[in-house]
Amino acid sequence: MRRRRTPRALVGGRAGAAFTVTFDGRPLPALDGQSVAAVLWSAGILTWRTTRNAGAPRGVFCGMGSCFDCLVTVNGRPNRRACLTPARPGDAVTTQEGTGRADLAV
Amino acid sequence: MSKSQSPDAVIIGAGVVGAACAYYAGRAGLSVAVVDRGPVAGGTTGAGEGNLLVSDKEPGPELDLALLSVRLWRDLAALLPADVEYEAKGGLVVAPDPTALKALRAFAEGQRAAGVEAAEVPGDGLRALEPHLAGGLAGGFHYPQDSQVQPARAAARLLAASGAAVHLGEEVTGILRTPSGAVRGVRTARRDLTAPAVVNAAGTWGGAVAALAGTELPVRPRRGFVLVTEPLPRVVRHKVYAADYVADVASGSAALQSSAVVEGTPAGPVLIGATRERVGFDRSPSTEALRRLAAQAAALFPVLTDVRALRAYHGFRPYLPDHLPAIGPDPRVPGLLHACGHEGAGIGLAPATGLLIAAALTGEPAGGVDPAPFRPERFDDAPDTGRRENTP
Repeated sequence: MRRRRTPRALVGGRAGAAFTVTFDGRPLPALDGQSVAAVLWSAGILTWRTTRNAGAPRGVFCGMGSCFDCLVTVNGRPNRRACLTPARPGDAVTTQEGTGRADLAV
Repeated sequence: MSKSQSPDAVIIGAGVVGAACAYYAGRAGLSVAVVDRGPVAGGTTGAGEGNLLVSDKEPGPELDLALLSVRLWRDLAALLPADVEYEAKGGLVVAPDPTALKALRAFAEGQRAAGVEAAEVPGDGLRALEPHLAGGLAGGFHYPQDSQVQPARAAARLLAASGAAVHLGEEVTGILRTPSGAVRGVRTARRDLTAPAVVNAAGTWGGAVAALAGTELPVRPRRGFVLVTEPLPRVVRHKVYAADYVADVASGSAALQSSAVVEGTPAGPVLIGATRERVGFDRSPSTEALRRLAAQAAALFPVLTDVRALRAYHGFRPYLPDHLPAIGPDPRVPGLLHACGHEGAGIGLAPATGLLIAAALTGEPAGGVDPAPFRPERFDDAPDTGRRENTP
């Protein structure tokens, strides 16, 4: 059988420890070293924020911390870049609506 | 002869003051060309917060100019596109303790006599106006006339509405003079623009333009930083600042001063301005300036403690030794007019300045404000304190 030529296989990488995070309350499998974006993508989730004015969906765009499109709320803190934020055991990731700080509005 | 090559007046500077001069001159029936070495709002206009303030001004000529300007901005806002983000949001000046409140009350009394609307707010009434404001403040004053625009857009829209011929990216390299010394236009790298009048609206660089015309205007730079937070819903309703800001604005000190003015914007970020220091045209960043702004803003609005600052910007306010702008004809050089030196208030003072310049260009009397205190030649018989303070 032909060996799968994944990037990880090519460099001989091995997955770290497995743990669980939640996305909007739903448990998702995660591996040590994965970014929040990688965890969400692995679960087939492509969007986790809506824009401030139009409410349009957003997810990863540049994937390297430059564009700030992949902002998400992690453990209650909004505006985390999903592509740069390492997933930690027990993280509660939630969809960020707009600024993610609607509670502050006066 | 084409209008663009021989207008009635050439305005040097495509900032908000140049745009306002172009607008009101055009409205008075004059043809105008505007020339700038950079883009629209490329200097101090683009580095400001868009303050249209009466609250920080003591009774006197600048307050008269500001009061006229807030009325004119209201009219302009009705004519210009909504993206100038005009907001008649009002200002709230707070006093941390009874001593500061007493001083603020005396200041506001004088302003009221000069036509400013100011209402005292007791300490326990502040949060009805600003729910996130820190506790324990002695009280404050609400100034409903204070307003705000997005300064770069306001300048651009005003300039577009003026109908002026606009030449950007063209530095003025010389002022054309007749044999008798009168101004007859400007020279840029690309053209000669002949006109019987030239308006120096070059802001912080107005002194250099005056020198090109063979005269003097002691405009100096006063650096200021503004801190920009991540986008938020509306958490700050007014322009909010502590009473010591007024003393900072009027101060003659060269050292770093800061008293945070905190305000929301329609785009979301909260702006925290601004520091004042006299360091020439030094563009290097100052962590100390930003640290102080952040700390003071968080002291006024503790909710900002957990909010991220995304970036900062800075610019150079054009100040003259007596902290008043130079507006009007320069009797030392016939045909030259000045409209610069508005320090940190140029956005707010621009319309009244434009009105005064238009009146001077047409020879009509200026309605509403006495132009005498803004005479450009007033420094001839006074020691140039600005130059001395600015020595590094």
